[in-house]
Amino acid sequence: MLKFALRRLVLALLVALTVMTLSFALTRVSGDLAISIAGASATEQDVALIRHAYGLDRPLAVQFLDWVGRAAVGDFGESYFFKARVSDLILERMPITLTLGLTGLAIALVVSIPLGVLAAVRENSWIDRLVQLFAMIGQAMPSFWLGLILMITLGLNLGWLPISGTGSWQHYVMPGIVLAFSAIPALTRLTRSGMIQALGSDYIRTARAKGLSRLSILGKHALRNAAIPVVSIAAVQLGFMLGGSIVIETVFALHGVGFLAWESISKNDFPVVQAVVLVLALIYIALTMAADLLNGLLDPRLRAQ
Amino acid sequence: MRKAGLILGGIIIGIVLVCAVFAPWIMPQDPFAQDLDNRLAVPFWMEGTKPGYWLGTDGIGRDYLSRLIYGARISLLIGLLTVVTSGAIGITLGVVGGFFGGRVDDAVLFAITCRLAIPVVLVALAVVGLLGSSLTLVILVLGLLLWDRFAVVARSTTMQVRNLDYVAAAWAAGCSTPRILLAEVLPNIASHLAVVATLEMALAILLEATLSFLGLGVPPPLPSWGLMIAEGKDYMFFSPWVIFIPGVALFVLVIGINLLGDGLRDLLGTGDTR
Repeated sequence: MLKFALRRLVLALLVALTVMTLSFALTRVSGDLAISIAGASATEQDVALIRHAYGLDRPLAVQFLDWVGRAAVGDFGESYFFKARVSDLILERMPITLTLGLTGLAIALVVSIPLGVLAAVRENSWIDRLVQLFAMIGQAMPSFWLGLILMITLGLNLGWLPISGTGSWQHYVMPGIVLAFSAIPALTRLTRSGMIQALGSDYIRTARAKGLSRLSILGKHALRNAAIPVVSIAAVQLGFMLGGSIVIETVFALHGVGFLAWESISKNDFPVVQAVVLVLALIYIALTMAADLLNGLLDPRLRAQ
Repeated sequence: MRKAGLILGGIIIGIVLVCAVFAPWIMPQDPFAQDLDNRLAVPFWMEGTKPGYWLGTDGIGRDYLSRLIYGARISLLIGLLTVVTSGAIGITLGVVGGFFGGRVDDAVLFAITCRLAIPVVLVALAVVGLLGSSLTLVILVLGLLLWDRFAVVARSTTMQVRNLDYVAAAWAAGCSTPRILLAEVLPNIASHLAVVATLEMALAILLEATLSFLGLGVPPPLPSWGLMIAEGKDYMFFSPWVIFIPGVALFVLVIGINLLGDGLRDLLGTGDTR
């Protein structure tokens, strides 16, 4: 297990380094940073001054190593626009994004696990078809559009929930529902197929033969086995959701990390954009690593690979 | 039931395709012509419609039906070209990794892992934000980002095919490696890849709409459906149909592509490729 964990850790570090290189390259292939910072009305002298002030006149390799070295200890430099430390900006807004992501995941699990189980128990019935139809609808729904529709119906017409902002827990319900929709299709299908597989296995037949109650068979035996892949995919989905929350934060004016990234992109604030891409990628890498380790712990066969 | 899905999906895509191809002849009005005296005219199911404007007009008086029809062009164009780009990258990587195995496969797997760690929407927004929005750039960025599922499926199916008898026979007959890959492996994994292509096309269309909605996708005045929703956002509380119509169009097109993909999967018996 230790060897498996170590190998997984090395892989995670290599992926992190590659993503760092890519996110650095991203901001450098796209033209002269100094000109974008200085703005359209700047003279050549201004541009040269800014280039020097931000260290953009140094060789690329030096700039890259400098950035990696600082980023490794959590220093992402200073924001051009907010005139504040990037790490402070991200830390300040991370709770909102994490709250949103976890709310979304919780809603997604509460919806998709019962639906998946129901569909599996009644495989090929109309309930099963209905659940699959629901998953397909969820997959086809543009999230920003669903957000706007909910704002009009639940927010304006019915007045049940606040339309935007972050004042209370109610503010997270609508964005949470919208975010959950991005994970529900995959989680429902996975629960369904896992349960179908589990229900057809020998240990369930044994449990039936022993005369155990239906509820005990479903809950204690089948679901527990079907849950292993669901837990690991849920971790991966949380990573995707945090990355995708930029859309929902923008729609609902939630001032989280996604909103920060969107503001920074429109203001050419590169240190912030670079840092947010990196932080979200690192969270994803950590989550998938945790999921893999958990799987390795639960299923010894996976460690051999 | 599944057959019905396939047929329904085919009909939806057929209608959108006809709209896209014959847009200049079908559009009742000029989709770019503004008419400030005729702003936010209501669609046909409401009272007080203007004749000739079936789906009403937008905030600056452009005919909504014409913009919707022209928008079908943009969605389908982005969907198709993105799938071609991402398919070329993903299938090449996947087939090469799956066929040769060993170190090559490790490298391919590593590339897939790295790609999955990159937040797609954020990076696409950043690139478009830095380089300026254009149709070509959106296609290029999405194509360069959405190849992961192609690679995963091409890799696993190539691994299954690689050890089958007809590949061994081709080796024995003295065929070159490129010939085996192109003439023996690729045709035999094509049905799996077709299913992936539908999924990716649906995803690309949704992502383009998302980017355009956030103002960093297809530039105005092009009537991308996502952009139409963004432009309608200011009026949505008083005239909800402004965001309702393009949203439904988007949703129906994506459902149609997904239905077609599901139907194809069952028809070709390719099992679960999600």
